[in-house]
Amino acid sequence: MYGSLAAGILKTCHELGLTAVKNVDVHPVYLVQGDVSDDQIDLICQELLVDNITQEYTFCELSDYAEPKKKKDSKYIEIAYNPGVMDPVEESTMKGIRDLGISSVLSVRTARAYYIDGRISAESQNILVSKVLANKLIQHIVKTEDRRKSLLLDHPDPECQVVTVPLIKASDRQLKHISQKGQLFLNLEEMKTIQRHFKKLKRDPTDCEMETIAQTWSEHCYHKTFRGTIRYQYEDKGRKKTKIIRNLLKSTIKKATEDINKPWCVSVFHDNAGVIEFDSDSHICFKVETHNHPSALEPYGGANTGIGGVIRDILGTGLGAKPICCTDVFCFSPPDVPFDSLPAGTLHPKRVMQGVVSGVRDYGNKMGIPTVNGAVLFDPLFVGNPLVYCGNVGIMPKDKVEKRVCKGDLVVVVGGRTGRDGIHGATFSSGELTTESEVVSSGAVQIGDPIQEKKVLDALLVARDRNLYTSITDCGAGGLSSAAGEMGIELGVRIELDQVPLKYHGLGYEEIWISESQERMVLSVPKTKVKKLLKVFRDENVEAEVIGEFTGDAKLEIFYHGLQVCDLDMSFLHEGTPKITKEAVWKPAKHKEPRLPKSPLLNEALLNVLGHYNVCSKEWIVRQYDHEVQGGSVIKPFCGVDADGPSDASVIAPKFNSRKGIAIANGVNANFGKIDPYWMAASCIDESIRQIVAVGGDVERIAILDNFCWGNPDKPDRLGGLVRCAQGCYRTAVGYQVPFISGKDSLYNEYAEGKKSIAIPGTILISAIGIIEDVDKTVTMDFKEAGNLIYCVGETSNELGGSIYYDTLGKIGRNVPQVREKKGMKIFKSVHSIVQKGYARSIHDCSEGGLGVCLAEMAFSGGLGATVRLDQVAVKGAMIRDDVILFSESNSRFVIEVQPRHQQKFEAMMKGTACARIGAVEATPEFLIYGIKQNVVVNTYIQDLKQVWQEPLQW
Amino acid sequence: MNKTVKVIVLRTAGTNCDQETAFAFSHFGAQVDLVHINALLRKEIKLEDYHILAVPGGFTYGDDIESGRILANELRFHLSTDLEQFVYDKKLIIGICNGFQVLVKTGILPGKTSEDEKEISTFPPQTVSLIGNDSGKFEDRWTYLKVDGHSVWTRDLPSIAYFPVAHAEGKFVLADKKQLQVLGDNGQVAFRYCTVNGRNPFYPQNPNGSFDHIAGITDPSGRVLGLMPHPERHFLFRHHPSWTRLKKQSSYGDGAKIFANGVWYVENHLL
Repeated sequence: MYGSLAAGILKTCHELGLTAVKNVDVHPVYLVQGDVSDDQIDLICQELLVDNITQEYTFCELSDYAEPKKKKDSKYIEIAYNPGVMDPVEESTMKGIRDLGISSVLSVRTARAYYIDGRISAESQNILVSKVLANKLIQHIVKTEDRRKSLLLDHPDPECQVVTVPLIKASDRQLKHISQKGQLFLNLEEMKTIQRHFKKLKRDPTDCEMETIAQTWSEHCYHKTFRGTIRYQYEDKGRKKTKIIRNLLKSTIKKATEDINKPWCVSVFHDNAGVIEFDSDSHICFKVETHNHPSALEPYGGANTGIGGVIRDILGTGLGAKPICCTDVFCFSPPDVPFDSLPAGTLHPKRVMQGVVSGVRDYGNKMGIPTVNGAVLFDPLFVGNPLVYCGNVGIMPKDKVEKRVCKGDLVVVVGGRTGRDGIHGATFSSGELTTESEVVSSGAVQIGDPIQEKKVLDALLVARDRNLYTSITDCGAGGLSSAAGEMGIELGVRIELDQVPLKYHGLGYEEIWISESQERMVLSVPKTKVKKLLKVFRDENVEAEVIGEFTGDAKLEIFYHGLQVCDLDMSFLHEGTPKITKEAVWKPAKHKEPRLPKSPLLNEALLNVLGHYNVCSKEWIVRQYDHEVQGGSVIKPFCGVDADGPSDASVIAPKFNSRKGIAIANGVNANFGKIDPYWMAASCIDESIRQIVAVGGDVERIAILDNFCWGNPDKPDRLGGLVRCAQGCYRTAVGYQVPFISGKDSLYNEYAEGKKSIAIPGTILISAIGIIEDVDKTVTMDFKEAGNLIYCVGETSNELGGSIYYDTLGKIGRNVPQVREKKGMKIFKSVHSIVQKGYARSIHDCSEGGLGVCLAEMAFSGGLGATVRLDQVAVKGAMIRDDVILFSESNSRFVIEVQPRHQQKFEAMMKGTACARIGAVEATPEFLIYGIKQNVVVNTYIQDLKQVWQEPLQW
Repeated sequence: MNKTVKVIVLRTAGTNCDQETAFAFSHFGAQVDLVHINALLRKEIKLEDYHILAVPGGFTYGDDIESGRILANELRFHLSTDLEQFVYDKKLIIGICNGFQVLVKTGILPGKTSEDEKEISTFPPQTVSLIGNDSGKFEDRWTYLKVDGHSVWTRDLPSIAYFPVAHAEGKFVLADKKQLQVLGDNGQVAFRYCTVNGRNPFYPQNPNGSFDHIAGITDPSGRVLGLMPHPERHFLFRHHPSWTRLKKQSSYGDGAKIFANGVWYVENHLL
């Protein structure tokens, strides 16, 4: 394990230009504190810490410790986690030591020692440490004299004293200062509202009250932009118009769901995840979250806790669902950008990507939840703000969807202990990142402990099935403050903060209240059942503690060792936010259609498009995810003759004895949004639906989630694009009769470097889930047999705007793909019917890279060649160019492989759609495409196509 | 004991392939209990009441320190007598993935060098190990496996089976290379990674760099099996990664036979 780790570090050194590094060795280091004899340490080493087959060890007393003698041209660097950062290995090691019968060990810390051989300068060593070995937000270089300190995390408890904030007499300037200094991210209008409230109460607020209000009113928790008023200015046919939007969410996303009104939508927009009906016994719930800001600063921990958080959303939906699969979508800057082009304070995108992938991998895999589907997008504008979308699907019995807190129920916190980690995560994600963020907000960065969450999951489902609690929610952003606050919104709640289990002494009460320590859930438990509930958790080695009671007096009251530190009316907390009007302006982008070369070499063009980062194989990522655990996989992320072709949607059958399944897909395309966010939203919805239809799904049983990642909504142009995007969502969802069941927004994705601000391209992710009646009828995208006919279904228009083809030419263009729902709907229904009849041997949707990429992927995944004629493709308008037909990314299109014996029936069933026979599957590996003038425009081999597609991210 | 085949699927913090493993046994008529190790430690449940012990895949205790170590120690230091009796009683044990790592680190596998049936003896110290993949990372991929040995678990398996692996620490290594000869002579090598045609593999057909391409071994009796690949993930025909290309001959995949064998053995030898 350490050998391959060392090899990886050496490789990264060389990629960074640190060629002087000749060899790297990695040794794990354990610091064990306690009254233990040498014999006991020997036992601990031999029986627990060391693999006697492959490892050796040495040990010594800390006071005798000296850094190993330096060899010539060799450096010794030891890296450890900062005090307070989660290190799950400590707890496991402590347990392992107790299992050996040794009970005198008080604490364990871990570190890693690196022996670096080679003549490297001090400057190179700094680069090595900062870019490869450590992230200073969570780790540090161990100095001999610091060792003792690192063992001791406990501080004396702070003096028990209520701290008040001098608010009611503060000037506007002072109000701003209070907000800034406390990292509250509240604007002046909000601060004044709070001031007025406390003036009425004739007292200053406590620090705890201010924190609570800031958490509850944060963009992250309250979604001020989507729920507030927007003055929207736009142009319609050359005329300027203004529209007042009272609540963007209600008037677009939620309105679509209401207008569509599907009977199988069980719970939408009010729980932690959207819930739809699955079969006669069970419901399915689905949620996708973002964890962008933390991932920008600490990619591993950010992504790790992102996936942990969305899994808790599923655990906290209804009375708790069992997570059955994950889906993840990332947006990064291209991984090959030069180091010196990066803005100050940002991490290199390759490191971000490696960290994010490892973070998702470790959490999902260790929890035993398959990661079945995803997407990765690259754009230089994501350099300061990578996007990390983490999604989770759960299944629950039908009678576990309703929850209701009752007066007198006890508040029980279960799972991990509370520490100083993750303080100010909610408010921090509601502001822009700056070069200073890594210093100021480091407390918001955390590492997860998936095994803790797995234990919670195991125990929770037992408690759920024994009806031991009445309601549940997760501790996410805002920690206990938002979890308990949310659950007590109607009844009111009283919390005793001194009852909360802590990782170490020395936390202030307000820190306990807002800490976002991971892997915690809050339950409301009837007094009569609390004993049984605590036993269930104890039996699985999970901590559970009663910390308060739901009172019925509609107040939030918090006590700490008998002192009241918070006394707020729930109504002020949840409805007191000032109504703010934001300005939005939408102006169409001024991109032009580029002039294309007269007769482009399409062979080369196709290879360039296939090798584009947004198109190429993501196998390096996908293989690191366990996509088969739980035994339900039907269509895996990879299919085809060598199990390496890119599946459309993934399909799982969550019940062992049933053929009923679900399909998961994602639609995302930031480039389209640069031209028009309206059509980006439409295209993403179309893409997510057609991927599910491509595996055999039914458009009438598909639900979707929205997930907006945008720049600063206080800037009118950014907000204008956001409004336009939401409008596109409404129209397309209604057009396809596909309801939204849940959603999320992450705003303020901008990176300020001095006065310059880099905004991400406004990006919407549409995640779709479809119910599959019979998984045995599903279809994959790889060509199956030579001699079969190839059909292209759907119309191809001149819509190269935002396409991969244009991107390979350095252009963006104007003709962004539109969605024609009527035609699209007819196609989706017809394709579903032919799958049910078994007439499709393979189906693939045309997305990034258009028809050309679609055909190439089908051919090389099946290990079969193809001959195709572009003059047969159904086109809209006069289409005179081969490259437009081959690479246009028009929506609602599929390529379908049909056996000759089914030709007539297939064609009859596709009547009324644009469906054209364009070629045949060949036994030989030639990939041949004839242009509209019947000349050969592409002539290559499938192995060459596959190679350029696989190479770019084959790390 | 009545006439039911009883299987205990052992679980603890971080076990995660328990339910599909339980399903595989119960599908062939066994009565399967998912049992937390705490229940065994507290003696609420007794190992002796079962015929088959399955240690499923997962990341017990996060694979912290190294994979399988902490659970292995729990078994060695707190349940060794029960386990030794279990093996002495000619009952069956299977460890899959993390379970294999656990069995190796307890010394149950490869076990005593020769089968001494006369008395109960303690398991020998660990002699083989499963360490970090050469690729340096967790990988989920399908592997072809040449079936060898004389284990009851592998009876009537196709000569080349197809199972997925999903692990970060699956490289099989030995303390002493001479052991390889012994394992071979005893018929203790149950699975070796191979190419689709049964030839010697390179990466990624050998996904982790295992010595002699070893993917799974048994104890000398063949009744204790440990393997890195997941037979329970090729239980059904549609688990095959290319099932949409294949003609359906049976609703089972290659892995089902292993679980059927376990149940069959108990029915014919222990009931």
